[in-house]
Amino acid sequence: MSENNELTESIERYLNGEMTKPERAQFEELRAKDASINKKVAEHKHFINLVKQYGERLELERRLDAIHDEIDVHALEEELMIHPSWVVRMWRNHHSKISVAASIAIFAVLSTLFFTGYLNNRNANYGPLKGKIDQLERDQNNLKNKFNNLPVQRPQMTNPGNFRGTGFAISTNGYIVTDNHVIRNADSVYVQAADGKSYRTKVVYTEPLNDIAILEITDPSFKPLAPLPYTFKKTETDLGEGVFTIGYPKDNIVLGSGLLTSSTGDRGDTTQYQISALLDYGHSGGPLLDSKGNIIGIINGKQTRVAGAAFAVKTSYLLKAIKDIPTDSLNKPLNANGKNTLAGLARPQQIKRLENYVFMVRVYNQ
Amino acid sequence: MSKETNSGIPTDSEVILGILNNSENVLKRLYLAYFPMILQLVINNNGNTDDAKDIYQEAIIVLYNKVKTGDFELSSKLKTYIYSICRRLWLKRLTQMNRYGGDIKDFQEFLVVDDETEKNNERDIQFNKMGSALQQLGEPCKTIIEDFYINNKSMQEICEEFGYTNADNAKTQKYKCLQRLKKLFFQQK
Repeated sequence: MSENNELTESIERYLNGEMTKPERAQFEELRAKDASINKKVAEHKHFINLVKQYGERLELERRLDAIHDEIDVHALEEELMIHPSWVVRMWRNHHSKISVAASIAIFAVLSTLFFTGYLNNRNANYGPLKGKIDQLERDQNNLKNKFNNLPVQRPQMTNPGNFRGTGFAISTNGYIVTDNHVIRNADSVYVQAADGKSYRTKVVYTEPLNDIAILEITDPSFKPLAPLPYTFKKTETDLGEGVFTIGYPKDNIVLGSGLLTSSTGDRGDTTQYQISALLDYGHSGGPLLDSKGNIIGIINGKQTRVAGAAFAVKTSYLLKAIKDIPTDSLNKPLNANGKNTLAGLARPQQIKRLENYVFMVRVYNQ
Repeated sequence: MSKETNSGIPTDSEVILGILNNSENVLKRLYLAYFPMILQLVINNNGNTDDAKDIYQEAIIVLYNKVKTGDFELSSKLKTYIYSICRRLWLKRLTQMNRYGGDIKDFQEFLVVDDETEKNNERDIQFNKMGSALQQLGEPCKTIIEDFYINNKSMQEICEEFGYTNADNAKTQKYKCLQRLKKLFFQQK
């Protein structure tokens, strides 16, 4: 044991450079001679180094801790923490309560709607008066055409127009108003006058919100009309006023007449009137006139649940739409002034004069 | 040295020189300069202030050792280097704790660092072994070893402190202690 200690002491003194010169030479000789001693020297050196490094590490950690203690970590934490917005915090703190409240609210709304019958889809009761012609036939023709691929059976040649509505002149030089839903998604729009002549038109302006569209007859064969026999009534019309419209639900003109029954339209829509008139699909876009021959609206839709309830967009919105047309989309001046020559005439005479100003609108799309 | 260089964020070369010269002042300024950055990283990524302290000190020790051993080459800003090491350490820690959600909120640009933290890990294991070996060694051996090898006290001082009658007795005691320490250290796995 003591021998071992002596050796360790020698190694330490050797490593620390405490040996005298002769001692050192002697030890080095011993090292060179005895491999086990040489190994012991290396091991000892390594181990002591580790002890020293361990001590240094402890010391460094102590120093770092001392520095760390000077930092106000709490204040820094407050400052550096990314605080989520109050919504997120609220959600994190109260999400279970919020979820329960939301479920109850949804359940309450749904059961209220269910018991009041609101869920019976009133939408189905309202249908635009858009005439859908030969939908099946068209599909069939298309199929046939594709199948045969014969040039003589091109769809244009067999397609009589997909949809049909009505429109009426708002100026003598070829501007016509109709419903936006009639011409929506159209590839081309033709109007056919009472005398059977058909003109190509261009859509110059649409106002989907109020369901108004303005067409312009671009056909060179079109001759300007005589001055309009009607005026546009700017003010609201009273309930009970006798009203009538003419339009093209079929190939001949059809009269619809009744009373103005409400100053609001479907679900209280203030842009519309409600009228009691037996109208058909295809009346859409036709003029609504009062008994004196003033235009008070544009026929727009009907209620499918109640027979004889129809709706018309009020004239003031038409006039607004006319005013809103960007001037650069008009090729000709649009002068919507007419002189009322219908007042005082009997209904058949009124209709006879009107006929020339009301057009069938045919819409083609593939 | 003027007053300005004694406070505030030290320049990168100042830090390296300071560590080499064992400057307490530079170490302190270095520590204070970048701790908030690491605190921000850790507390905003599922950690608390103690985690931040651990991670940051580990990174400072990595840097310290690298500079001391002379194999430190500053290829980027020191700030980026420290951030990268901490980021790496924290990701590792998060994964170990199964708290890693797959992404980490970053506040600085960073580099990919790898090997240094691994090397440091090995050294840590050795140090842990040494720590527990010293603990098992018990008194007075522990203090004798620490005083002699770590605190560089002379045998004479130790002799007086522990009341040994002469330095030779103390020496014998010391070697016995060292022998046991070695045994304890190498016994551990």
